[in-house]
Amino acid sequence: MSMVSVEKNKKMHPHKFSMWVAIAGIIMMFAGLTSAMVVKSHQASWTTVEIPRIFWVSTVIILISSITMQWALRSFKQRNMPLFRLLLGITLLLGLIFVILQWLGFNILWNRYDVTFQGGGAGQFLYVIFGLHALHVLGGVIALLVLFLRIIFGKKRIYSAVPYEVMATYWHFVDLLWIYILVFFLIII
Amino acid sequence: MNTVHAETMSVAHDVHDHSRHGHHKESFLTKYIFSQDHKTIGKQFLITGMIWAIIGGLFSVLFRLQLGYPDETFPILETFFGKWAKGGRIQPEFYYALITIHGTVLVFFVLTAGLSGTFANILIPLQIGARDMASPFLNMLSYWFFFLASVVMLSSIFISTGPAATGWTMYPPLSALPLASEGSKLGADLWLISMALFIVSSLLGGLNYITTVLNMRTKGMSMTRLPLTVWAMFFTAVLGVLSFPVLLSGAILLLFDRNLGTSFYLDQIYINGVVLPNEGGSAILYQHLFWFLGHPEVYIILLPAMGMVSEILSVNSRKPIFGYTAMLGSMFAICVLAFLVWAHHMFVTGLNPFLGAIFVLLTLLIAIPSAVKVFNWLTTIWRGNIRFTPAMLFAIGFVSLFISGGLTGIFLGNSTIDIHLHDTMFVVAHFHIVMGVASMFGMFAGIYHWFPKMYGRYMNTTLAYIHFWVTLVGAYLIFWPMHYQGLAGMPRRYLDKSGWVSFSQFGELDKMITVVSIVVFAVQLMFVFNFFYSIFKGRKVTNPNPWGANTLEWTTPINPGHGNWPGEIPEVHRWPYDYGKDGRDFIPQTEPISPKESVTHKTEVKPA
Repeated sequence: MSMVSVEKNKKMHPHKFSMWVAIAGIIMMFAGLTSAMVVKSHQASWTTVEIPRIFWVSTVIILISSITMQWALRSFKQRNMPLFRLLLGITLLLGLIFVILQWLGFNILWNRYDVTFQGGGAGQFLYVIFGLHALHVLGGVIALLVLFLRIIFGKKRIYSAVPYEVMATYWHFVDLLWIYILVFFLIII
Repeated sequence: MNTVHAETMSVAHDVHDHSRHGHHKESFLTKYIFSQDHKTIGKQFLITGMIWAIIGGLFSVLFRLQLGYPDETFPILETFFGKWAKGGRIQPEFYYALITIHGTVLVFFVLTAGLSGTFANILIPLQIGARDMASPFLNMLSYWFFFLASVVMLSSIFISTGPAATGWTMYPPLSALPLASEGSKLGADLWLISMALFIVSSLLGGLNYITTVLNMRTKGMSMTRLPLTVWAMFFTAVLGVLSFPVLLSGAILLLFDRNLGTSFYLDQIYINGVVLPNEGGSAILYQHLFWFLGHPEVYIILLPAMGMVSEILSVNSRKPIFGYTAMLGSMFAICVLAFLVWAHHMFVTGLNPFLGAIFVLLTLLIAIPSAVKVFNWLTTIWRGNIRFTPAMLFAIGFVSLFISGGLTGIFLGNSTIDIHLHDTMFVVAHFHIVMGVASMFGMFAGIYHWFPKMYGRYMNTTLAYIHFWVTLVGAYLIFWPMHYQGLAGMPRRYLDKSGWVSFSQFGELDKMITVVSIVVFAVQLMFVFNFFYSIFKGRKVTNPNPWGANTLEWTTPINPGHGNWPGEIPEVHRWPYDYGKDGRDFIPQTEPISPKESVTHKTEVKPA
């Protein structure tokens, strides 16, 4: 992404580059939120929260989905289309499961741990930050769905790997973002 | 043809032939409404921005009426605004709504979307030699998100509790508590929703501009051969992509506080005798998040104007820009510093004075790149063969305003002086001159200069000269006296200051400011008339390069179709500022460097 690499003959595809710029923007949003949390955690009125175990399950799920996504991309490049379709479908499903697990996690927090929107401590930040992350995963799931349906029902043969590479970049990003958020919460609260 | 396919085609234009461009049929809907042509999208941004500028300008005239004539009644206002101007007097809630919407609209909708949305769209592909943006589809979405944001903001003006009335900065707790005022009710929610849509719009636009500049340049167009306009738009986009998401995070927390009962910003509040349950929040947190965007936003507004002014000054002085590399370096320095100075808006919030001292230092550092730019502009026109076109006048006016307004920034950047000047009319004078009016001048310069490219016609120059002189003199007459008011301690945003003995001396001055602002506003309407009249009836452009400029946009046909160049995209052989070289008036970027050509005063450009 440095200007030097752009000057070379082999330019990055504009769509891929756009994705990296978008990722920079998304990082800034979460940086804003997490730094807000750091500032607030030093105040006397700070309340902490215990992270339900279900979020560890979702961590495993999203990690696996990252592997299947990468595997799908590889099988596409090897033109192994049946395997590619299967793996893309699995990734899509795992993404959906991740979002559902997050939702269940929120329910557990709300009902069993009694963490509501009352206050401005770690629990409330958790809803906002985990929630926004889940929305980003959901956006990825929708994009995956569009790609998936296009492969299943599209009439043309698809040779360009660019859309899937862009998709994979985003997918790995939301995965890493989740790890960052989880580790951040474990350290701060 | 589905959009994705169209995108890949325009992206892969280097290899494909260009038969699609100009040939394929376009309906009215795809050509003018849901257009993916960067030039049409730019015009859409411009015209939407102009409508907002008229609304925002009209609002300023209304609150100036209140400030200039606090004791008089204007029955006509009641006819138009009903309960908001009961008895012909602007009601306090209405006054706050007016200043809030004036600020929001001018900062975001006019000088962000209207300025960089317009000129980044029109100029980036044309000046770097690309057929369109990296993703024309996202580019179209960018406009339509802006349009949606506009609709939401406009609708908030017509609801019964009125639009947001908490100041354009939306500070909690006022903005977080619907109980606090009429303007903190539904209007504030609509404001936040509108801004969220606007942020999406500017991010989609910004990532497109960045990608296009880095990936879509024509052969020979190295980064050091880019016109300064493109560099400025590029830096603007980088600032936007990195700072707007932080505002979004602040706005999301505010929406939670408003509607879901959280207390990110709220702590121990008694309102109308009621104790609120909110506990543990910090209102200052919002200010940090807001100004982390808010300060880069100043440069998001200024940089496009700076870039266009650099180009216009060089073209109309028939001289190369002075210090191209220094211009780049100073823009880069401004971008970096933009992220490190936000707390200078918060000197009076109880900020640690030692921390404040660091922010003072970083803030004053901005004077260096700013001074470099001013020096370079002045040396560019120094002993030039100046053509005083309307664009050139506005560009010179920009430099004048940037100097006048920049100097007062040094006052405000000092935390000790800021304690006295904070939230006074001095601040209003400072940012209106350096950021508001100066960037408007940059925008006017850009419109007058590139109007022939946009519409194939010229704007009327007589009206343009009247526009320039009245606006320049008017801007100084309006904002210069405000410095004195501010130094005397006169606060901003107050409805009626005539009750204080120390401010009653300014009564006549305020009347003068109000009268001038009405005149200046009327002249802007004349500009709008000139703009639309010239689209249809203006003098036709016959020379594809009417200003004798070097940049690539003037190598296209007078009315370029979608795809910009009918044949091959021209190749670039030199930097864009070869004016008055070797006895030649100008040498376009497309002309190869001849072996006999001298290398003097262009040493920073290496031959390919």
